[in-house]
Amino acid sequence: MKVAQSQPLLKNLPANKMPELRAIVNDLITHVTGTPAVEIMNSTPPGFVIPKEHLISVCHQLHQHSGTYFDMLSNVTGVDHGPETGTMEVLYHLYSIPFHASIVLKVILPREGGEIESLVPIWKSANWLEREVFDMFGIRFINHPDLRRILMPADWIGFPLRKDYHHEETYRGIKIDY
Amino acid sequence: MRPTQYTYKRDNLIQSEPNKFRAEELKSEEMIINLGPQHPSTHGVLRLEVLSDGEIIREVVPHLGYLHRCFEKHAESLPYNQIIPFVDRMDYVAAMNSEHAFAMGVERMLGIADQIPKRVEYIRVLVAEMNRIASHLIAVGTYGLDLGAFTPFFWIMRDREHILRLLEWVSGARMLYNYIWIGGLFYDLPVGFEERCREFIKYFAPKVGELEKLLVNNKIFIDRTAKVGVLPLNLAINSGITGPMLRASGLRFDLRRVDGYSVYPELEFEVPIGEGKMGAVGDCWDRTWVRVREIYESLSIMTQCLDKLEGEHKRTREFDPQAVVPKKIRPKAQELYVRAENPKGELGFYFRADGKSDIPFRCKARACSFVNLSVLPELSKGVLIADLIAILGSIDIVLGEVDR
Repeated sequence: MKVAQSQPLLKNLPANKMPELRAIVNDLITHVTGTPAVEIMNSTPPGFVIPKEHLISVCHQLHQHSGTYFDMLSNVTGVDHGPETGTMEVLYHLYSIPFHASIVLKVILPREGGEIESLVPIWKSANWLEREVFDMFGIRFINHPDLRRILMPADWIGFPLRKDYHHEETYRGIKIDY
Repeated sequence: MRPTQYTYKRDNLIQSEPNKFRAEELKSEEMIINLGPQHPSTHGVLRLEVLSDGEIIREVVPHLGYLHRCFEKHAESLPYNQIIPFVDRMDYVAAMNSEHAFAMGVERMLGIADQIPKRVEYIRVLVAEMNRIASHLIAVGTYGLDLGAFTPFFWIMRDREHILRLLEWVSGARMLYNYIWIGGLFYDLPVGFEERCREFIKYFAPKVGELEKLLVNNKIFIDRTAKVGVLPLNLAINSGITGPMLRASGLRFDLRRVDGYSVYPELEFEVPIGEGKMGAVGDCWDRTWVRVREIYESLSIMTQCLDKLEGEHKRTREFDPQAVVPKKIRPKAQELYVRAENPKGELGFYFRADGKSDIPFRCKARACSFVNLSVLPELSKGVLIADLIAILGSIDIVLGEVDR
C-alpha cells in the first residue's frame, strides 16, 4: 500500500520569498516602531533588532499581515553578553509556512531586571520556550500565563546560562562534588 | 565508595518541584494524581500532575527537568567538534540525525557546506535514515506497549537490533555514534556494508507489513486510538508542532523536502500525511500511521542511497572521508540558526560565534520533543485517564531531548 497521490508542493519546492519578504518586514517594522529598522549583522536567517516596547505590536503585525504571515514561532532563546557589557538578548526565530521564509527578531534588554512582553497571546509555542529563557537567564515575561522554572528545580538559586553564573557549593545540605 | 552519600536532614525531603495545584484549593470530587517520574508509560523521567474529576481529566501539568544535563552550558565550554557526543545524548534513539543537523550548522558557519564530497553526504543520509527507522520503530512499538499490545514490542526490538548492529559496524557504538564529523565522517563505510544493508532491507520490508497488520490495523488498537487526542492543524502550527505530529494533522510539511538540505533534493520520496482514515485527521491513530508510512519511505531512501554508493559515488582507494575536516574550527563572528528534520520533528541549533575562539559563545538546541510535548496540556483536557496515556505515547517524546 503505497501513498498514491503526490501533491504539487512535493515536487516543486516552494520558492523562497525571502528577498521580497525582507523588504515587507523592513517596511512593517519601520511603520510600527516609527524609526528605521535595524538589521542584525551576519545573521542567518536575516533578522532585525526591535525596541522592546514595540515587540508585541510588531509580532502581531508579522503574524497577521497577508504579505508575511509568520505562523510559526520555532524558537525563543536568550544570549547573555556578560557583566562587562551589561546587556542580554532575547531572540525569536519565526517561520512562515506559506512563504517558506524565516526571520529572526532580536530584543536587547538590560542584564538586571530585564522584562519583556510575552508572546503567548500570539503563538502558543512561546509558552514553554519563554519559560526556559526565564529559567536560564532570569528574564521576566510580562503577562505570561504560567511563568515558573521549567528545567531546573523550583528552588534553584541563580540563572545557569548567565556568563557570570557560579554553581552553589551545596544543594539542600548535600555537597556537590565536581 | 563513600560510606554515606549525604547526611539526612529533614529539609532534604522538601519537594524541589512542587505541584501547581494544592489539595486545599480543589473543588469537591477533584483529585490530584501524580504520574511518574518513574512510570513506564511516560517514556522516561517525565512527571505528570493530573487534576482529575473521577476518570475525566481537568488539567495536566508536566514537570520536566529530571534528566537535565546542561547541554547548553557544556556547549559553551567545548570546541565544536567535541560537542557532537553531547548532541548524541540528546535524542539518544536517533543520534545520527542530530549529529547530521549539528555538523550541517557548523559547516555552514565555516562556509565549507558546499565542499563536502557527495559520497560523504550519501553516507550521512543513509545512516540518518537507518536511525530514523530505528526511532520510528521504538515510537510505534512502545506505543503498542502503552496500550497493552505486548508482542509488537518484541518484534520491533528484534528488527531494530539489526539496525543497531549495522550502525555499530559502521561507527563502533550501538546508540551514541559520534560518526558524523564536522566536514566529513569518522570513517568510510566498512567493506561489505552495502550488501548487508540490502539484505536488511529485503528482510525488513515485509516485517513492517506484519507490524502494520498486527498493531496498526488491529481492532483493539484502532478503538483505543481513533478519534482520541485530535490535534487540529491550526493549533498544531500555532503551538510550533513539527514532524510526524504536524503531518498527521494534515500539513505536508517535511524539512527534508521544504529546505532540501544535504542530498535530499536528489532523492525520491513521498511525504505521508494523516488522512483521518479511522475517524478524525490528527488523531493518535493518524500519528502512528504516518510513522509507519515514513518507515517505508526511509527504506526507499536507503535503497536509493545504496544505489548511488555502489554506482556513481563508489568506494575508491583514494577516498578520504576526512579530507574536508577542518584542522581548526573557528567560524567568523556570526549567528546562525540551522534546522533539520529529525524523526520527531524540527531539530534546530542556534549558534553564536564571536570569531575569536574555537568554542561557541552560545549554542542553543531547539528540541522537537520539548516543543511537541508542550501541546499535551491542551490535547488532554476533558479526556479519560486511559486516553492520556494514549495521547502521550502518540506524541513520541524522548526525555533526553526534552530535558537536554
